[in-house]
Amino acid sequence: MAENVPANALPASLLEAVGLTKRFGALLANDHVSLAIRAGETHALLGENGAGKSTLVKMMCGLLQPDSGELLYDGAPIVFPDPATSRARGVGVVFQHFALFDALTVVENVALGLAGHEPLATLAARIEDCVHRYGLSVEPYRRVGELSVGERQRVEIVRCLLGNPRVLILDEPTSVLTPDESESLFRTVDLLTGEGRAVLFISHKLDEVRRLCHRATVLRGGKFIAEVDPKTETASSLARLMVGAEVPRTPRSVTHALGEPRLLVNKLNVAGDGSRGSALHDIHLEIRAGEIVGIAGVAGNGQTTLFEALSGEKPVVDQEAIIIDKVAAGGLGPTERRALKAGFVPEERLGHAAAPDMRLSDNVLLTTHGDGEIVRLGIIRRSALLARFQEIVKRFDVRFGGKDPKARRLSGGNLQKFVIGREVLREPVLIVVDQPTWGVDAAAAAFIRTTLRQKAAEGCAVLVISQDLDELLEFTDRIAVMSEGRLTAPVPVAETSREAIGLAMGGAQAAGEGTHAA
Amino acid sequence: MPLRLERQENVSGLRLALAPLLALVFTLIVGAIMFVVLGHDPIRAFGIYFVGPLLDPYTLQELVVKAGPLLMIGTGLAFCYRANRWNIGAEGQYVAGAVVGSWLALVTHGTDAGPWVLPAMLVMGALGGALWGLIPAFLRVRFGSSEILTSLMLVYVAQLGLDYLVRGPWKDPDGFNFPQSVTFDANAVMPLLMDEGRLHGGIILALVAVVVATFVLGRTLVGYSIEIGGSAPRAAAFAGFDERRVTYGVFAVSGALAGLAGIIEVAGPIGNLQPSISPGYGFTAIIAAMLGRLHPVGIVVASLVLALTYIGGEAAQISMRLPFDVTRVFQGTLLIAILAADVMVRYRVRRVEGTSHA
Ligand SMILES: Nc1ncnc2c1ncn2[C@@H]1O[C@H](COP(=O)(O)OP(=O)(O)OP(=O)(O)O)[C@@H](O)[C@H]1O
Ligand SMILES: [Mg+2]
Repeated sequence: MAENVPANALPASLLEAVGLTKRFGALLANDHVSLAIRAGETHALLGENGAGKSTLVKMMCGLLQPDSGELLYDGAPIVFPDPATSRARGVGVVFQHFALFDALTVVENVALGLAGHEPLATLAARIEDCVHRYGLSVEPYRRVGELSVGERQRVEIVRCLLGNPRVLILDEPTSVLTPDESESLFRTVDLLTGEGRAVLFISHKLDEVRRLCHRATVLRGGKFIAEVDPKTETASSLARLMVGAEVPRTPRSVTHALGEPRLLVNKLNVAGDGSRGSALHDIHLEIRAGEIVGIAGVAGNGQTTLFEALSGEKPVVDQEAIIIDKVAAGGLGPTERRALKAGFVPEERLGHAAAPDMRLSDNVLLTTHGDGEIVRLGIIRRSALLARFQEIVKRFDVRFGGKDPKARRLSGGNLQKFVIGREVLREPVLIVVDQPTWGVDAAAAAFIRTTLRQKAAEGCAVLVISQDLDELLEFTDRIAVMSEGRLTAPVPVAETSREAIGLAMGGAQAAGEGTHAA
Repeated sequence: MPLRLERQENVSGLRLALAPLLALVFTLIVGAIMFVVLGHDPIRAFGIYFVGPLLDPYTLQELVVKAGPLLMIGTGLAFCYRANRWNIGAEGQYVAGAVVGSWLALVTHGTDAGPWVLPAMLVMGALGGALWGLIPAFLRVRFGSSEILTSLMLVYVAQLGLDYLVRGPWKDPDGFNFPQSVTFDANAVMPLLMDEGRLHGGIILALVAVVVATFVLGRTLVGYSIEIGGSAPRAAAFAGFDERRVTYGVFAVSGALAGLAGIIEVAGPIGNLQPSISPGYGFTAIIAAMLGRLHPVGIVVASLVLALTYIGGEAAQISMRLPFDVTRVFQGTLLIAILAADVMVRYRVRRVEGTSHA
């Protein structure tokens, strides 16, 4: 059907998948999936975690080869042996898990992805230019290893856009962007489709999809379910298609009394390395048992440093600057802080929260080895480990192929459920979570939020760092805003609004851009 | 059209297990070509090299004697390599252990000090090797210098130090000016296990080391912290494992085992201190560790294979007048073949169209 488009109907398809099938061992990740990305359109790809979206994308750009089925490019059959070839032919992809070299700077990373040899200085100028053109600020000479996930996401998008693609594929680009940044990205996407290019957009945020996309393909369990017009659907009808059942919403705060302060941050200062967001200035924060406090802000304003200072990965000079459950914890390492019944979930799940090349069951040990149950006298009790592993998988509905795959093999959302479940089942009294629902589908996100609410109701103190303002407004009790390494005093959610918080974040960002230009 | 290596997504366990076998086959093919070029019948040469030693009880014993130090050192190296710390200087740690342990044998020489001498020598040998191994660990932790270079350079320091001692202060006064120490007293040598042959207690210690290492690496938190530190350093830090402690730990363990192997060899088959106390065990053990997939049990098998190349080499020297370097060529080819086979199963070669890129 791609060769001769009927005169009356659809715009020409630029990139089309016909009956793509991919099997990983016993798991059928894609089962005869067909999809056409058309010129001038933004096409959404929807589905639960593990539905096979990323797998489809990988086959469409040559990162994976399909077991059967074929690709049509401009109506003609084509085989992309690898992503470099598809990139050279005008298919640009922003992958869900980034492919950047930590040891290199942003501009070097971008240069590696582009054909030809452009001097780094002119490339850097082009990157700086992106702030104005795409509304995504990226500092060209920072080392990627220092960047937070949100910043890396911006780098990936900018790198892809600089390649000037005809077909742009975005695998969950907005899950770590602030609303403003997402807005700019949408404007860019509209601009591109306006020029007759085509965009494939993957997101778990259905409101975004309904606003942005002209067409949506829904996958479930690796199978094509439906192609619909998202504008005529509601968010809940889309969710029904994806899940096959109704999706619950997070219950509004279960009322409960506040208890003892579980986390006290007192005049916390961390010296930076000179880059923005690497230093913390005079942070104050109190979280009591039973409440959830959210920290909003544009990625790269100190959230990562704050998380590492709290988790004990980054040394803090002043013992008293961090008090966990009445114990001065500034000088304690991660294991000692966990012994105080604190739990931490970093934003980056592959490589930080989980070791990619270790089996999932071995990843359970990462944060539970000091709890005295799974490891005793330095010896790993395999049966206890497996029991805990099964419990996490069952209670948090972690889905994967095989019995006990490497962490790397899990779909993004499923790994996220795993690392959250691992912490929650440790029964902590304080949980610090960075980006709790990054890349998680609607149902699972609702489940994670509900679980955190429940923990709070049971007397746990919860700190949530997130770029997703809607999420923070939905399930936290108080919200503070982080910008340039400073933290505002948290205000109760009822007394604030999207606009007020956006202003606090945006104001700081504008100031940041001012200094940038100077 | 340039070629490029690409990491493969799904590599089956079977293929990974087959890689060492592939490497062995490749090495044999290269060996056959080498024999032909040297003007020998490859079938006869292989018979002398690899089959002959297996048919004679005496050489079978020798095989175990030679495999002992290899598997002891290789097991220690597995700790380092799993943690992604590349200790190339086991040969130096072996020499350091031999020297420190021998010191005790020399000062108690002729004093009839009692049965504690040998155990104390072994402990001191292990300590000596560990301390020598801790030097590159310290340099890495403190100054960030590459442990590959520093550990390798310390091999030559240790060897020259040994050379100085046996030519100078520790030289046997009645030794006709040969560069060697006095022969150790009976209470300073390893007990033999059989009436005939050279099989000594060292192999038992080596097997104990293998069993303990298998347990520590596979079942304990220490093994876990080594493994995760090597494969995902950031996750290891998040888990609360101190990278510096792991670095010191693995170098101490591998240094101690190399040092122990050194003093056992000197107190065993050799019987005194002399400049050539090792036919390159410390380097060959690197091959044993890689060929054995960094698993102690695999290293046992690999050590036997490599020991065979030593024994076969000796046999070929005698009956075919082939230089001992042929053995070196075999071992070197094997290492390259293992590394290449590893790349071949984990990656695939691709032709790339268009311009170059990452
Ligand atoms: N290389 C692999 N080896 C084995 N299984 C894999 C591999 N890659 C993906 N899978 C499995 O295939 C299924 C589909 O994964 P995929 O990443 O395509 O999901 P997804 O729709 O992108 O999910 P998410 O929304 O969580 O990102 C998952 O069950 C995953 O565990
Ligand atoms: Mg995905």
